[in-house]
Amino acid sequence: MNLHAIRAIYAFEMARTWRTLFQSIVSPVISTSLYFVVFGAAIGSRIQEVDGVSYGAFIVPGLIMLSLLTQSLSNASFGIFFPRFTGTIFEVLSAPASYFEIVVGYVGAAATKAMLVGVIILVTANLFVDMRIEHPLWMVLFFVLTAVTFSLFGFIIGIWAKNFEQLQFVPLLIVTPLTFLGGSFYSIRMLPEFWQTVTLFNPVVYLVSGFRWSFYGQADVGVGLSLAMTLVFLAASLGVVAWIFKTGYRLKS
Amino acid sequence: MPPALQIEQLSKTYESGFKALNSVNLTIERGELFALLGPNGAGKTTLISVICGLVRASAGTVRVHGHHWTEEYRTARRLIGLVPQELTTESFETVSATVNFSRGLYGLPKDPARIEQILKDLSLWEKRDSRIMTLSGGMKRRVLIAKALAHEPKVLFLDEPTAGVDVELRRDMWDVVRRLKASGVTIILTTHYIEEAEEMADRVGVITKGEIILVEEKNALMRKLGRKQLVLQLVEPLARLPESLAGYDLTLAAAGDELTYTYDSQGERTGITALMSELREAGIHFRDLQTRQDSLEKIFVNLVRQSQ
Repeated sequence: MNLHAIRAIYAFEMARTWRTLFQSIVSPVISTSLYFVVFGAAIGSRIQEVDGVSYGAFIVPGLIMLSLLTQSLSNASFGIFFPRFTGTIFEVLSAPASYFEIVVGYVGAAATKAMLVGVIILVTANLFVDMRIEHPLWMVLFFVLTAVTFSLFGFIIGIWAKNFEQLQFVPLLIVTPLTFLGGSFYSIRMLPEFWQTVTLFNPVVYLVSGFRWSFYGQADVGVGLSLAMTLVFLAASLGVVAWIFKTGYRLKS
Repeated sequence: MPPALQIEQLSKTYESGFKALNSVNLTIERGELFALLGPNGAGKTTLISVICGLVRASAGTVRVHGHHWTEEYRTARRLIGLVPQELTTESFETVSATVNFSRGLYGLPKDPARIEQILKDLSLWEKRDSRIMTLSGGMKRRVLIAKALAHEPKVLFLDEPTAGVDVELRRDMWDVVRRLKASGVTIILTTHYIEEAEEMADRVGVITKGEIILVEEKNALMRKLGRKQLVLQLVEPLARLPESLAGYDLTLAAAGDELTYTYDSQGERTGITALMSELREAGIHFRDLQTRQDSLEKIFVNLVRQSQ
């Protein structure tokens, strides 16, 4: 195991975070605070409670999930796309490092950054609303699994993308809508029955639901199902990453 | 002791069907400075990329110090340093951060003293805290060399290190390469400047269309490349060469109005002055003269012909 290589990639990626501190950390905090102002204060004042939880507190898990997903995706996709774009990837590919080590370095850093933002939002949210975490271990489990899974997914996008437009395509046009429609800001039980069924095809529903359950003990779908679905996405992402390295897809001709 | 590099039957056909390497065999001894010459698109970069694991081989094997390059990739790659042709550097990193990154990537613990030495050798020490994007092209090239040396490789690939750099910097770069060679590193240099090979190489290989068509000691090759021709346009056509000129390497054109003298421009004496007085004595007058030397392209073409 080339631990030095993992550490080098990880430290390199984390250095990028500190270098672009505003973009990496401050801007997601600002945008999340805006969500609180808009959804929590403005709209929330007209919605009393959802399942016995104040609306402001109700949206906290969804907001954290939203940031976790988008941050994981953008960090990981950019982290691997940029060296491909500039050509510096040659060094990583010709180094005595296994594919596993390369992925651990890049995905580990992307997930760390996303979780950092998630924690900051959690702390920020605590300033706005009263909230509780009923199942902290489950909360951490969902938190970490989601960050890792979507960092892997981002890694795949970063390998697949041929240009900056494609790099933005999946996060903006697929993941963001799915997140907004995945019950981040509402319980899917508020929807008409037909749309509830449709929503169940949205993978984000399971992530948000499980995560919210760990906070308030209430969920749109069973927590076991949420965990199972999260693990399915993780396995699928791992499978694709393994395939990428086996075939050298977009990395080696 | 196994050679630094042993390439056997190495072939690469890209998905497009383009055959970039065709059954390449090449052995490079330890401590050698080998120059790989070839026109653009000959397969130089593909060959290096296959050896370094950036491009998959279609067939064949490579051994680095006896280690199979894919089965024992950790050991093999650990021995190799690569300075790519393109100036592919991080923009926002500092010089020392990027060089330390390279060392870690190759599995070595931090060694500030070693990195300091490398940066000083390459005159980069003053710039260690500068962001790479603020450096000139020549300095960026040095950063790439420093990165390639950060893990103390035994075999160093320099892919056109002086392409597009000015004369002064080229001389500088040659000094760097000479020092590396003196430290015992095996160096494989690709270039299309014949002068570069002439300056430094022990042996020269010529690659064209994915095939190594010639591997020769540099000195022997230089003799071939040093040949020059003097062409004289005669006033009166000659039927045949006079006896007095038999000692010169002369050819008479079919029409008898053009005389070509081939000589070694590297030689101590070219024989031109003597030839001139012999011609005058023989009463042969000419109305024009020109000298010509084969261009590198032509030399390649000639070498290809000779090898077939």
